[in-house]
Amino acid sequence: MFAEVEPVETCGAAEAVHQIMRKRKTSVRKGKTAVNREDDGCKPQGEWVAHVLRIRSAQDKPAFAELFRHFAPRVKAFLIKSGSTPSQAEECTQEVMATLWHKAHLFDPSRASVATWVYTIARNRRIDLLRKERRPEPEELTWGPEAEPDQVDIVALQQETAHLRKALKALPQAQRDLIEKAYFGDLSHREIAARTGLPLGTIKSRIRLALDRLRHAMK
Amino acid sequence: MSNEIKHHLTDELLMGYSAGTLPEAFNLMVATHLSLCDACRAQAESYDTLGGCMLQDVSETVDMADDALDATLALIAGGVAADAPTRPSCDVLPAPLRDYVGGSVSDIKWKPVGMGVKQAILPTSAAASARLLFIPAGAAVPDHGHKGMELTMVLQGAFSDAIDRFARGDVEIADEDLEHMPVADISADCICLAVTDAPLKFNSLIPRLLQPFLRI
Ligand SMILES: [Zn+2]
Repeated sequence: MFAEVEPVETCGAAEAVHQIMRKRKTSVRKGKTAVNREDDGCKPQGEWVAHVLRIRSAQDKPAFAELFRHFAPRVKAFLIKSGSTPSQAEECTQEVMATLWHKAHLFDPSRASVATWVYTIARNRRIDLLRKERRPEPEELTWGPEAEPDQVDIVALQQETAHLRKALKALPQAQRDLIEKAYFGDLSHREIAARTGLPLGTIKSRIRLALDRLRHAMK
Repeated sequence: MSNEIKHHLTDELLMGYSAGTLPEAFNLMVATHLSLCDACRAQAESYDTLGGCMLQDVSETVDMADDALDATLALIAGGVAADAPTRPSCDVLPAPLRDYVGGSVSDIKWKPVGMGVKQAILPTSAAASARLLFIPAGAAVPDHGHKGMELTMVLQGAFSDAIDRFARGDVEIADEDLEHMPVADISADCICLAVTDAPLKFNSLIPRLLQPFLRI
């Protein structure tokens, strides 16, 4: 399925997204003030972090219920777009949300937003469910003695995630649709090409273009 | 640890890993490389972030059943499945490979395929295949071309071909256009993870006889 993959490139378009996340490791974060309220009336990412921390420290059911009301309908939509039947998706979403409770102690807000974390749990569950495959995960990094995440890193990650999200919303619809298909359709680039009737090269260059735009938006 | 890695995964593979669209064998390759390469790991995490943003802003949501929250709380009360056992560390095999081998490098069940080369096929779904390759120090893998795509990552030792030299963590990406003959460094036996979505095709006569054994 990857016969037409280009030569390895270490500074390709994905560098776009990569740079966004790497910024927090550099001095760019210094002097920023924490303004991460989003403009669409949603809760800021930070509040979801507080919810997960309350679940972790106090088994807080009201906090879980709020997270559930926000994320479960999104996870269910994601699973249905990926090919689950509605009843499969319902059951699977409940399992994803239960996993979120059980794994709350593993959540690291300096490495991922709550939405990202929920996404990875849902994606893995989807592979399990639809493909009956296991999903190999990279070896856990050992972070050394200072295990508590740094507050500055947490805020920086939230800001950058909010920024990426905004940039993503600003993409032309056609590019956004392709990224959504790549993530939610359980489709390889080749399969997207077959579905949309566009040549594979066009799909790849459009996705690349979208990632480039995201990079520019993040500068 | 990863500063010396020169040959990395492509954007398409990293995005595919994050989006969950790769066959299991390719996921295994990516997870193994990420275990050794901080640069690609950071990129993969960025692609996960993109996935998180897509989830937040999915164009339409789908209502859960009326009793879904209660049902989920009941699931939670039912407890958690036991985590997979963590296996002892191994200098050659990163954690994802230890899971597939069921232990460390000494637990690999090698099968000879001729000329000192050995392989062990790993259990993955049929969409693509994964195997470990053992190439004795100084030995060559027969000149071969590829049908489809083949990724080879070095775990121990190093090999060289017309393209470059590949050491631990480096990934060589071969497609239909590449015909090559990897030669292991003389200093150490070379162990690689190779994944492919098609059987290898060999050029010279003797290797062609070997092909049924190498074919997976
Ligand atoms: Zn890499």
